[in-house]
Amino acid sequence: MPDSRTEKLRLLIQEVSGKPAPQDLDESLFESGLLDSFALPDLVSAIEKAFSIKVPDADLNPRKFDSIARIETYLEGR
Amino acid sequence: MSAYLHGFGRYLPERIVGNAELAARLGKTEEWIETASGIRERRYAADGESVADMAVLAAQDCLRRTPATIGLLIVSSGSGAVGFPGPAAEVAHRLGLESTPAIDVPVASAGSVFALALAMRLTEAHGDILVVASEKMSGLIGDDPNTAILFGDGAGAALISTRPGPWKLVDAVLHSDGQYRGDLVFDGTLRMNGLNVILHASRKMPAVMQELLERNQLAASQVGAFLVHQANLNLLTRVAKTLEVDREKFFSNIARYGNTSSASMLIAASEWAEGTPASGPIVFCGFGAGFHWGAVLATGA
Repeated sequence: MPDSRTEKLRLLIQEVSGKPAPQDLDESLFESGLLDSFALPDLVSAIEKAFSIKVPDADLNPRKFDSIARIETYLEGR
Repeated sequence: MSAYLHGFGRYLPERIVGNAELAARLGKTEEWIETASGIRERRYAADGESVADMAVLAAQDCLRRTPATIGLLIVSSGSGAVGFPGPAAEVAHRLGLESTPAIDVPVASAGSVFALALAMRLTEAHGDILVVASEKMSGLIGDDPNTAILFGDGAGAALISTRPGPWKLVDAVLHSDGQYRGDLVFDGTLRMNGLNVILHASRKMPAVMQELLERNQLAASQVGAFLVHQANLNLLTRVAKTLEVDREKFFSNIARYGNTSSASMLIAASEWAEGTPASGPIVFCGFGAGFHWGAVLATGA
């Protein structure tokens, strides 16, 4: 069962994209068309707010936010 | 010694290229282009019309409004046809400047904010400084819809002097980070990593403006007008939202001219100054290839 952080991320992705978030944690949010170049900064801002963190410029790499699994990896590494 | 902004000028080529024309060529719809960029039309220079041609016309427009004895010419362009010399030499010659120093700032979209910041600091040594930004982006674009829909051609100009003028240049912040130099590049082909460019622009533009405002004890809400690089309307909307200011404070003419790279900020400033400029401080801001980004603060003199 996905944990609450995963569900929180799914909700954020849905809010930003206006579409249901993928069940597959490894699905590319960009290649699936869920996030475009303008939705990505919105998602990063939403993650900062939801998890009370500040994503520094050095971490602004789209690959870190390309799937739920990658976002979780990023959050775990902080 | 203080630096003052005396006025602006601009030149836009005659040919209007609407979304319908581009949509047909790129296999997209007019609606898609406008939704993705906020652009309805842009101008393309004529085949024989060069970066220097447009720069001279914008410079002359500026000098008609604000006569000056030019002590330094700075020309910003990332789209000149010749490797060297850059367009500054030709523009200086055609403006009748025979021994006045003329330098190029070839950093593309952030070029005019860099040039403005340099002029602010160099006017004490050189007197009146004419900054011109001119771009012929139509000569660089290919068939990639993500870039082809954005760019247009044009030129803008500004005059900076130690002589008191309408706006006082107060402070400037400039940044560069070359690790992203491959994300927006023209090396025979125009390539843009849109995800990374937009991600960084949407964060770095508000951040540099905040940095500039905070060190001058100003809040974004106190700014009268934001005159920024017209990259994409969606980007300007997000930047305004991040700064928590009304989007209307961001002057925008991108719907009519598209993204004219470094020229866009000064073309926007020129149109803004012709209208009814709001009172309060002005913030200029640019971001572009490199990445280079920066902001300049001006106040009513």
